[in-house]
Amino acid sequence: MSLAALFTVVFTSAGLFFFIAGAVGMIRFPDMHSRLHALTKADNLGLGLIVIGVMPQVDRPVTALKLVFIWALALVASAVTAQLLARSAAPPDLCEDG
Amino acid sequence: MIGPAFDLLLALIVIAVALAATLGRDNFGAVVFFIVYGSLLAVAWTRLGAVDVALAEAAIGAGLTGLLLVGALARLSRLEVFSPKPPGAGARALCALTAASVAAVVAYALTGLDPDGGGLTETVAADLDRSGVQNPVTAVLLNFRGYDTLLESIVLLVVLVGVWSLAQDRHWGGAPGLAQHARPDGVLATFARALPPIGLLIGVYVVWVGTSEPGGAFQGATILAAVWLLAAMAGLTDAPSVTRRSVRVIVIAGPALFLAIGTVGALAGTFLALPPDHAKRLIQVIEAGLTISIAATLALLVLGFPQRAPP
Amino acid sequence: MTDWLLIIAALTLVSVAAALWRVASGPTTVDRMMGAQLVGTSGVAILILLAPTSRSGWAALDVAVVLALLAAFASIAFVKAVSRDGRGDPEEDA
Repeated sequence: MSLAALFTVVFTSAGLFFFIAGAVGMIRFPDMHSRLHALTKADNLGLGLIVIGVMPQVDRPVTALKLVFIWALALVASAVTAQLLARSAAPPDLCEDG
Repeated sequence: MIGPAFDLLLALIVIAVALAATLGRDNFGAVVFFIVYGSLLAVAWTRLGAVDVALAEAAIGAGLTGLLLVGALARLSRLEVFSPKPPGAGARALCALTAASVAAVVAYALTGLDPDGGGLTETVAADLDRSGVQNPVTAVLLNFRGYDTLLESIVLLVVLVGVWSLAQDRHWGGAPGLAQHARPDGVLATFARALPPIGLLIGVYVVWVGTSEPGGAFQGATILAAVWLLAAMAGLTDAPSVTRRSVRVIVIAGPALFLAIGTVGALAGTFLALPPDHAKRLIQVIEAGLTISIAATLALLVLGFPQRAPP
Repeated sequence: MTDWLLIIAALTLVSVAAALWRVASGPTTVDRMMGAQLVGTSGVAILILLAPTSRSGWAALDVAVVLALLAAFASIAFVKAVSRDGRGDPEEDA
């Protein structure tokens, strides 16, 4: 197997591992905030490793830039969503700065 | 062998999600399943090779409609609307029979289609050079069947008028929706400051690239409307009053431009005909106008009818 | 390579199914929105995996861009809807 193919196989498998881990965490963790923690791991690491894994298969350099752009967008969006969802569910006395 | 297995799995999940959305008892579950349905359907369209439709599904189905439905549901629960009595067994049987018949007809038609293209593919490809664009979907939407697109954009206007007609008399002249606010240095406000330039870039890109690659005016307009709504949700900008002239001009501009170009074509021969040497420029102009109007219309639709008294 | 990418995409669909279970059974409404968020991100991942294989080639990445951009908006609308007066921010504390 060529180096590029091996690279893709390794990194997409790693990305898949984090997605499955996130999904299992979403099912098995006991409360909402820990489930949110599992979700963000899938969003960040899972998607990032898959992006890295697909990189060797691109046809032009601008496609690689597009892939990184997608990852950056998803990172920012999932970070914002995680913060807001956690805050909206937190009991008021848990927020320290007010 | 893997391809069909993936497709089968995706199809089963999509059907399960559709059933969960329609058969569930609680409204919130139905809304969330509908949003999920939009995301998965975008993947399905991509798998079928229909990327333009997938773009529209991702933008409208998973994005804007999710926004709209969640807001509507929140408003319903705040107003304490009483649920109407569920329909009787006879009405439900009739609905089930109608839905099943329609599904059977569609399934029969689908099985009769040639899976390897055919249909209108060759007809469109034969005239593609004269249409002014390389993307066959854009050629059909804006040139060969421009009539349909013109009517669709006017239908959006009619819908907007319908939504505005729900306003109470004392609110007419005020801004649509309720005033939103957010913590000025918080996560939401920062996100709403950072995202619109990126959304503007992506939206304009999707419209511009639609002439040669998958894309188009509706998809780009939805992206622009969505990021503007984000800024409005964070309280960074407020919706303008619906009676302002500038609002009405922007909303009408796209269909009016399309109609004007079509009428000029009528004077020269056929209504909505585009001369082949100028077709590309004309299509770009029409798409630009449609994008601005549709973006404004969609944003106003999601905001709703005026709920604040005029200042 | 096409086969491998499709296998990974099919297994990602399994994680989608798990997220759907959470949407169906999540005790709180926030759990259900989290499930929808996971489905959105998994959809982006599947689209990225499908791009080298699909009939339309890398144009499918544009769908991934749009989905990544807009997937969060329903969650944002949700957190605003559950805020105190329905129009606020979860970070503006009572």
